[in-house]
Amino acid sequence: MPLPKVNAVIVGAGAGGGVVAKELSQAGLSVVLLERGEWPSYDNHNDDELWSQRTPALGNPFGPDNQRYRRVVVHPDGSTNIVLPSEGSYGNNAACVGSGTVSYGAMAWRFMPQDFRLRSTYGDVKDSTLADWPISYDDLEPFYEKAEYEFGVAGDYSNNPFSGPRKNPFPMPAFPYNKEGRRIAETATRLGLHPFPVPMLRNSVPYNGRPACIHMRSCVGFACPINAKAGSQNTVIPVALATGNCEVRTGCVVAEIVVDDHGRARSVRYFDANNQGQEQPADIIVVSASATETARLLLNSKSKLFPNGAGNNNDWVGRNLQSHHYVGATGIMDEEVYEEAGPGACIALSDFNHGNPGVVGGGLLANEFIALPYLYCNLRPPGAPRWGKAHKDFQRYNFKRTVRLHGPVQNIPNFSSRVTVDPVVKDAWGIPVCRLSGTQHPMDIPTGEFLSGKAEQIIKEMGAIQTWRYFGKVPGQSAGQHQAGTCRMGDDPKISVTNRHGQVHQIDNLFIADGSLNVNNGGFNPALTIMAVAYWVSDYIKTGWKGSRFA
Amino acid sequence: MTRRTAVKLALAGTFGIAAGAGATAGLAQWIRTPPAPYQFFSENEAGLLIPICEQIIPADDTPGATEAGVIYYIDRQLTGALSRHQQAYRLGLESFRQTCLQVYKTPFEKLPFDGQTEALRLMESGKVPQELWGDRRSQEFFNLVLDHTRQGFYGSPRHGGNRDYASYRMIGLAYPNLIGQNRYAAGRPI
Repeated sequence: MPLPKVNAVIVGAGAGGGVVAKELSQAGLSVVLLERGEWPSYDNHNDDELWSQRTPALGNPFGPDNQRYRRVVVHPDGSTNIVLPSEGSYGNNAACVGSGTVSYGAMAWRFMPQDFRLRSTYGDVKDSTLADWPISYDDLEPFYEKAEYEFGVAGDYSNNPFSGPRKNPFPMPAFPYNKEGRRIAETATRLGLHPFPVPMLRNSVPYNGRPACIHMRSCVGFACPINAKAGSQNTVIPVALATGNCEVRTGCVVAEIVVDDHGRARSVRYFDANNQGQEQPADIIVVSASATETARLLLNSKSKLFPNGAGNNNDWVGRNLQSHHYVGATGIMDEEVYEEAGPGACIALSDFNHGNPGVVGGGLLANEFIALPYLYCNLRPPGAPRWGKAHKDFQRYNFKRTVRLHGPVQNIPNFSSRVTVDPVVKDAWGIPVCRLSGTQHPMDIPTGEFLSGKAEQIIKEMGAIQTWRYFGKVPGQSAGQHQAGTCRMGDDPKISVTNRHGQVHQIDNLFIADGSLNVNNGGFNPALTIMAVAYWVSDYIKTGWKGSRFA
Repeated sequence: MTRRTAVKLALAGTFGIAAGAGATAGLAQWIRTPPAPYQFFSENEAGLLIPICEQIIPADDTPGATEAGVIYYIDRQLTGALSRHQQAYRLGLESFRQTCLQVYKTPFEKLPFDGQTEALRLMESGKVPQELWGDRRSQEFFNLVLDHTRQGFYGSPRHGGNRDYASYRMIGLAYPNLIGQNRYAAGRPI
């Protein structure tokens, strides 16, 4: 027996879904927000490095858990294996209200104008699906601003000449540099570069009823104990709930979108917190479950008109899976630069996002978040001993003398990197799981080599006594926190999954609002762009809403 | 009186009342071999794993893996979050034990410190008598133990290792985590 119909059901309470829930419930629609996880709490992990989203040695405190979830990874040599959510190749994003915005580092980047017209800027790239977005930076600018003000962003772009134009300043002043940041600023300025404070979805001053940051060293990978870090769980979702029009249902795992014979999405079928099957009919269905899980849900939603999954008649759902691989350099200084003031990352350069000779795109460079001692074990020059006294000496002598500068390479989308559903493996609810296959585009390697070279140059100039670079030499899998691209927006239905408003081609009342829509993923952390695009999609839904039905 | 003695005496007291005087001989024997403190490992396995972990993070002027209680971390997690690795430990430790007997004619535990280092390098590089490892690769087992030793040494003490935040003290990190406001104002260290 289906549940009573609502105006909108939203699948996934992360960066995108939280925004849509707020916007639609404020506009008077009745909204059900389905989330597979639970409400997060700092008490779930305290400051435990082994039980954090960044280093989930013992599991993910905010899910998904190792007991009920699985994925299949296809390696470049064709071999496959089943992976658990706490394993890196799973490509995990947190399963809780707020999702990645609970435990992220909270960098608040806008993509640059060129990122929306990468194809026009760089031309054709062989073996890629490089394209311009159907929308521009200018289209999105008001929605970036809305995200910055409603979530709360601290920043100062007075020394960043590369960003697109801003109509208004950041709502909060920037965070000051730490000791490492001050050293990088001096050096980068001397080199003629343009260092500026990393914009952060984190309160530098009290904002919207939440206090200012207290600088935990355990920040990225963790929830904030005082809610100074802004996620959808402590900003837009509470606003949605306060309207009285929104219900959040946790512990609900969506299996299928039901599409009828007229090409309308009727309902979603899900398993509730007691593992009971439920069917929730709605006028509008919005999927914001992350680039991997959104694609999986569409592919698992087969119907008469869409025998290969909702919106997948042209075989574009799940394609162009991309994320970021981080490249950069590490240096050891002859003096301590560590400060017990988290999260650590505070200074960035956008000098190398575009206009780099011989490569397509580029990426930002920023100093890195504090690596806690277990993670720090992996920060070693190539060939360094991994154990014994040498390991111990490295830990104790260098932990506080380490500088890092790195960034996300703008990955070039390609058709073979994709999400499908596995024909055999199922999760605990019997739903076919994600199967991740393909590799990054080969162009990502020279870009990474270029960017890491710039990072090392700066660190050497700072006077580091030892430096080393890291960049992928072989294009690997790419999902993870920054996953994107699997339900690309576009004007041509043959080579995209949704139109410019996130509306799935041929299914007028089915929308997507997450990183899946991104045509490419910028050389930046994508969270703010996911939020801005979700406001953009919501705006279109609200405009078309006629009181009882989406026209 | 050490804590362990106190526990023994408390156990003896309870046992004595329940079993009566007739059990005295058995009781004395039982007290000499206290119950294994491990949930997963046998005494033999733990006796082998402890010096392996100590090689990975040795003691010097600061504690090593043994003093930090890494064995208790691994043991406890193997019956919990890391239970999927039980078989790897059971088989891997036995293969490594036999590897040392065959190659060095000496049990690993009896090798001098440098000899133990060499034996671990053998396992790390995969240059072991493969017939003792079947279709398993010794490098994989080494990497597993390496990773779990690091976790036990650097992770939160609440999982059984990193006793008294030994690793944090070694690095010079304040412990437990000081929440910033009492030390930092307006985002800048005082």
